[in-house]
Amino acid sequence: MRWLAEFFSRRRRYQDISISIQEHLEERTEELMADGLSRKQAEQKARREFGNVTLLEERSREVWQWPAIESILADLKFAFRRLGKSPGFAATVLLTLAVGIGANTTVFSVINGVLLKPLPYPNSEELVALWLNAPGAGGLANFSSGLQLSPSMYFTFSEQNRSFQSMGIWTPSTASVTGVAEPELVRTEMISDGVLQTLDVPPAVGRWLAEADQDPHGAKTVVLGYGYWQRRFGGDRSVIGRVIQVDAQSREIVGVMPRGFRLVDREVDLLVPLALDRTNQKLAPFGYYGVARLKAGMQLAQADADIARLIPVWMDSWSNGPGTNPHVYERWRITPAFRSLKQLVIGNIEGVLWVVMATVGLVMLIVCTNVANLLLVRAESRHQELSIRAALGAGRMRIARELLIESVLLGILGGVIAIGVAFAGLRLLEAIGPANLPRLSEISLDARSLGFTLALSVLSGLAFGSLSALRYARTQASATMGSATRTASVGRARQRSRNVLVTAQVSMALVLLVSAVLMIRTFSALRSVDPGFADPQHVQTMHIWIPDLLIPDPQTVTHIQNDIVDKLAAIPGVTAVGFAGAAPMENNDPNWDEIHVEGKVYEGGEPPLRLFNFVSPAYFHAMGTRVVAGRDFTWGDIYELRPKVIVSENFARESWGSASAAIGKRLRQFSSMPWQEVIGVVEDVRVHGVDEKAPAIVYWPAMINDPYTAKPTIDAPRFVTFAIHSNRAGTESFLKQVQQAVWSVNANLPIASVNTMQEIYSQSLARTSFTLVMLAIAGTMALALSLIGIYGVISYAVSQRTREIGIRLALGAQKGELRWLFVRSALVLTGVGVVIGLGAAAALVRLMKTLLFGISPLDPLTFLAVPLILATAAALASYLPARRAAGVDPVEALRAE
Amino acid sequence: MEEGSLYPALQRMLKEGWLEAETGTSAKGRPTRIYRLTDAGIRHLEKEVISVKKMFAGISRVLAVAKV
Repeated sequence: MRWLAEFFSRRRRYQDISISIQEHLEERTEELMADGLSRKQAEQKARREFGNVTLLEERSREVWQWPAIESILADLKFAFRRLGKSPGFAATVLLTLAVGIGANTTVFSVINGVLLKPLPYPNSEELVALWLNAPGAGGLANFSSGLQLSPSMYFTFSEQNRSFQSMGIWTPSTASVTGVAEPELVRTEMISDGVLQTLDVPPAVGRWLAEADQDPHGAKTVVLGYGYWQRRFGGDRSVIGRVIQVDAQSREIVGVMPRGFRLVDREVDLLVPLALDRTNQKLAPFGYYGVARLKAGMQLAQADADIARLIPVWMDSWSNGPGTNPHVYERWRITPAFRSLKQLVIGNIEGVLWVVMATVGLVMLIVCTNVANLLLVRAESRHQELSIRAALGAGRMRIARELLIESVLLGILGGVIAIGVAFAGLRLLEAIGPANLPRLSEISLDARSLGFTLALSVLSGLAFGSLSALRYARTQASATMGSATRTASVGRARQRSRNVLVTAQVSMALVLLVSAVLMIRTFSALRSVDPGFADPQHVQTMHIWIPDLLIPDPQTVTHIQNDIVDKLAAIPGVTAVGFAGAAPMENNDPNWDEIHVEGKVYEGGEPPLRLFNFVSPAYFHAMGTRVVAGRDFTWGDIYELRPKVIVSENFARESWGSASAAIGKRLRQFSSMPWQEVIGVVEDVRVHGVDEKAPAIVYWPAMINDPYTAKPTIDAPRFVTFAIHSNRAGTESFLKQVQQAVWSVNANLPIASVNTMQEIYSQSLARTSFTLVMLAIAGTMALALSLIGIYGVISYAVSQRTREIGIRLALGAQKGELRWLFVRSALVLTGVGVVIGLGAAAALVRLMKTLLFGISPLDPLTFLAVPLILATAAALASYLPARRAAGVDPVEALRAE
Repeated sequence: MEEGSLYPALQRMLKEGWLEAETGTSAKGRPTRIYRLTDAGIRHLEKEVISVKKMFAGISRVLAVAKV
């Protein structure tokens, strides 16, 4: 702490020094005067003998200082004072920087939270998503989840693998919980043994689901999610041992998972044991996600090879029932393509995020060039001062350091404000970001984000400061002091660096504007695609799930669903009601299987897989899906189990040539199934989103003979989506009436996922609209900044050339010509920037190819319109200062100075 | 050598703790500072004196050899 004491006793030390020196000089003067010199002579002689008083006093003081730091502090103080003196400049620069750095911090926080941070599980790098590729399985193996696992695969893989510590499968579901409060549909995960052991997150209360809980004939248990526990039980630790009704099944609560626990990316209300019965498993169905933990040191490729070895074993160990060929799956070409769990969670958002990061990075570059430009102008105005300092012996480094300290100070101050901007930005992002943005809850301004902000602030400060530092540290006293005042115009050299900056800005702005316009064109292309349903803002959808334990008989299920339809139809303002196994764009495919068309011979003997849906009468009417040919189902078709079916238009065209030709034709699933007559053809529906091709769909009636059982058994979908067409859709009073109508049929039926089709539709466009909004914001900022840049350069040129303009006017130059002189120079700068920008854009937009729809990355309209817009805007921005130039009074201009 | 270079040297010795300063008045009655050696200063002085003596001894030995 000695240095601290020294620091505070400094003032006294300094005083001591000056008193001692003063006394020394006076004593010497008196001695000399005693020798007969006059006072003046004596003082001069004393000083000469003493040396440079100020310097020696300074050296004496420096003994008590840290010279390097203190002179930097002095520079800082000076920089602060100079900023305070020009608040307009300071505010402009700081705001621009704050927005630029803030935007970058925001996007970096998102990238950090989503892409960089490890998943919140212990040793999460060992976790593997069991992803299978199956190019021969049609729509069953899709882009978003590959081919999912079947329970029999789980048994074979988990028992015979050599690469994993543990493995489990699960499937998301919803369950209705009764007996706690109002009946409620909650997010449930049906998990096998091994899932919790693999994720390895200890429970907050109680215990995990253990092997015993997976016994299909054993005690029924359940584990609660933290949020549900807080919501329904108020976080009461004594819930362990309580029994709740899950889908009308009594289950004992054995544990509670901790806060923040997610099964991959889903919040969980209930974890229910899958309780697979080993004795009656078949090869199919493929509907389960798999997760596993690698043994130490195991690589993904080794695990792939290990499981690839087990796939034939799996086919030999199980069957789909007597008379079926287990090796039929060889045609699916199933291969393991395991990936890290993180990759599964991140999904296809990664590309979007990097595009957005690149975009805001570009904006930051534009911000830096703008600030660099402002600093150049500012350094210009200090030219005299800097020359004098150089003449007095200030070294290049000293002047460069001072200029850099000022710019880094600006950067850091901007960064501090930027943290506030980033806070607001993250709130905004949560509001407008894609609803399915993974790991949204893990995004925060943590130490890494703040470190990023600091680094960016300092680096950008150095970047935009180095230009003026380089330029003015070289200042040579004679050259600049000579040309400072009376010459007519400024030398070309000084204008050149600003021109380069403006050109760079224009080209970067062009790249951003091109990307933004491409996204706008993509969005409008997506909007103009007919999704296969109509009037989405007036279609209300909701899920209703009728558990087997509540209503065991499938026919009764259909009757209840029919009653609900009738009650809903009676609500005032409702024009049509129906239900289906799944509504479009819900990311839920009810089933995929082979369909044989009568009289058709298939390559390889097996027909392709088709998407199935199960619909009630009037569902198409409610959804606004046109019946192209034939007719809709009737309740009579359904209750009498008539062998009728409806197909999508593309299926009809592919199989029979046209929609009308399909009517009366027949198809079936297996040879054991009676032929089913096509009674109607409906338009194609883009069920997987407007940017995905509409699949061929077979619509079965809402009650059928289960094709998968040996004896004819009636089956009906228990989990259905209701569609209600009404101009009151989405209003609160309407939803109340809907709820009343459902409960008047059965008070134990919860309603879930209440959305209008418009909401579902917008959500499916969320990724595009999010990218669009981000690029549009960035593009607008870039345009504004580069216009400011052009305006600044031209108006500075005008002010520097006032004398020249005066002379020209005096010699008879026309005002129009003068205006054109300046506008032309702006257009030349813009032109060069546009040419460079077009080249860069053509190269860069290829990166965003996957985000585009319906247009080419080199869309000619975009590449023509954007340069025109930029040129027009640049002409306008330069016209204002040009007009001022033409307005110069020659007398005034020449008299100035 | 300039007379003034005494002052930075004084300050360095003060910082090392070899001197202490106190307020006083000069012979002519003007305020001044009086510097006095501390115990540490005396010790250091002795050490310096010894090392100077040693150096001189060394030099004279070398010179003596040179003379012969």
